[in-house]
Amino acid sequence: MAEREAQDNDQPLLTAEGLGKSYGGLMACRDVSFALYPGEVLAIVGESGSGKTTLLQLLSAQLAPNAGRVSYRMRDGVMRDLAKLGEAERRFLFRTDWGYVHQDPAQGLRMAVSAGANVGERLMAVGWNHYGKIRDSASSWLERVEIDTGRIDDAPRTYSGGMRQRLQIARNLVTEPRLVFMDEPTGGLDVSVQARLLDLMRNLVSELGLAAIVVTHDLAVARLLSHRVMVMKGGRVIETGLTDQVLDDPREPYTQLLVSSILPA
Amino acid sequence: MTAMIDISEARKSFVMHLQGGIELPVVRGVSFHVEPGECVVLSGPSGAGKSSILKMIFGNYRCDGGRIGIRHQGEVIDLATAEPRQVLSVRRCTIGYVSQFLRAVPRVATVDVVAEPLIANGVARAEARDRAGRLLRRLNIPERLWPLPPSTFSGGEQQRVNIARGFISDLPILLLDEPTASLDAANRAVVVELVEQKKKQGVAMVAIVHDDEIRQEIADRIVDVTSFAAAA
Repeated sequence: MAEREAQDNDQPLLTAEGLGKSYGGLMACRDVSFALYPGEVLAIVGESGSGKTTLLQLLSAQLAPNAGRVSYRMRDGVMRDLAKLGEAERRFLFRTDWGYVHQDPAQGLRMAVSAGANVGERLMAVGWNHYGKIRDSASSWLERVEIDTGRIDDAPRTYSGGMRQRLQIARNLVTEPRLVFMDEPTGGLDVSVQARLLDLMRNLVSELGLAAIVVTHDLAVARLLSHRVMVMKGGRVIETGLTDQVLDDPREPYTQLLVSSILPA
Repeated sequence: MTAMIDISEARKSFVMHLQGGIELPVVRGVSFHVEPGECVVLSGPSGAGKSSILKMIFGNYRCDGGRIGIRHQGEVIDLATAEPRQVLSVRRCTIGYVSQFLRAVPRVATVDVVAEPLIANGVARAEARDRAGRLLRRLNIPERLWPLPPSTFSGGEQQRVNIARGFISDLPILLLDEPTASLDAANRAVVVELVEQKKKQGVAMVAIVHDDEIRQEIADRIVDVTSFAAAA
């Protein structure tokens, strides 16, 4: 427990300072600043067009900001500006230290190769070359995400939506990343499948001590998965705080509207 | 002796933007303290702000002013101004909260719902589940229900699962919002015993209890919340 506390009081893993992005005259995201600590799960909520996905792409170095910067603590403990990383360092982040879970699993998987290869590919990219070990690791990850290992040689195009999403998660986590970005991870799924996936993600995140940034328009997803939440509207962060605080005691008019618009089941 | 909870001049109101921005004052001038091993019961009619005060102590509601001093790992933290990370640390290591209703996560087995706070504090899964089982048995939840998620349980059963989850940890502060509301006499007696046990362990408690008999049994001191009523 002492170790956990020490880690908690540790330095931020990722910081954003005055981050902004415009497309022509449209400000998709402006003046976003925050710090994410190891093991912390941050949800970014807001309606379509509020700038959530743009922000996620800025944070994960897939888009270059017009203003401000994103810094990330590399495994050597040094904070580095993402815009100034060399190609090898970027590759290390994308292939190993980060995960990125897309809303549509087809974007994050190779649909025509086997499930085992989808998971194993990330290991080969970091230098694993023993076929048996790669297969064992892939197989144990399929088990962890509750996919029947008898399906290891099948391609994900033969999988259901929920299985594809779980496979995408396995592919991302196999390299033991420290930070995972998720864009509407339960977006296209049935409610029953969503519950199972959320439960799985919740357990994996806490067991592995992962930090995560989750974009969602679903406040129930934010409540289940995240410690902290940022509410976005018109490209700005309008409210931020502990997730239960923001959802139970929302202050801003827009947040109150969001919270009061949830349909009771 | 140093107080575990020391609240002074805490204030809370809601501004309802969707109702034309009307301000709903809840409480002001909230000041009291709780010592280790003591159970303070908040009294007052419905709507007086008792639950809001508990939520402010848990960091669930934000304060508009004042101070909520919590003794956390040898230091005093003001929850009214603490960073989210500090609040989370206080909840993990210092303050437990038994809410009025169980907010169950779908698909999670009852025994794991109860064991979760221990696991979050680094107790091994097997031991945590073992302790969860013992507490569930004591609260008369039959073993055949343990592997099931509590969402389909009766109100009283859910409340007992909630109580087990709140009492399982060895946290120095415990907040109880109507822990006996939907329980029968036998289970109410178990809760009274559990509270006594916590007192002996030096746990500081703040409780809301409507049942006069239970209040008599567990309260060391009563704080009348009507004196904190905010002028409308």
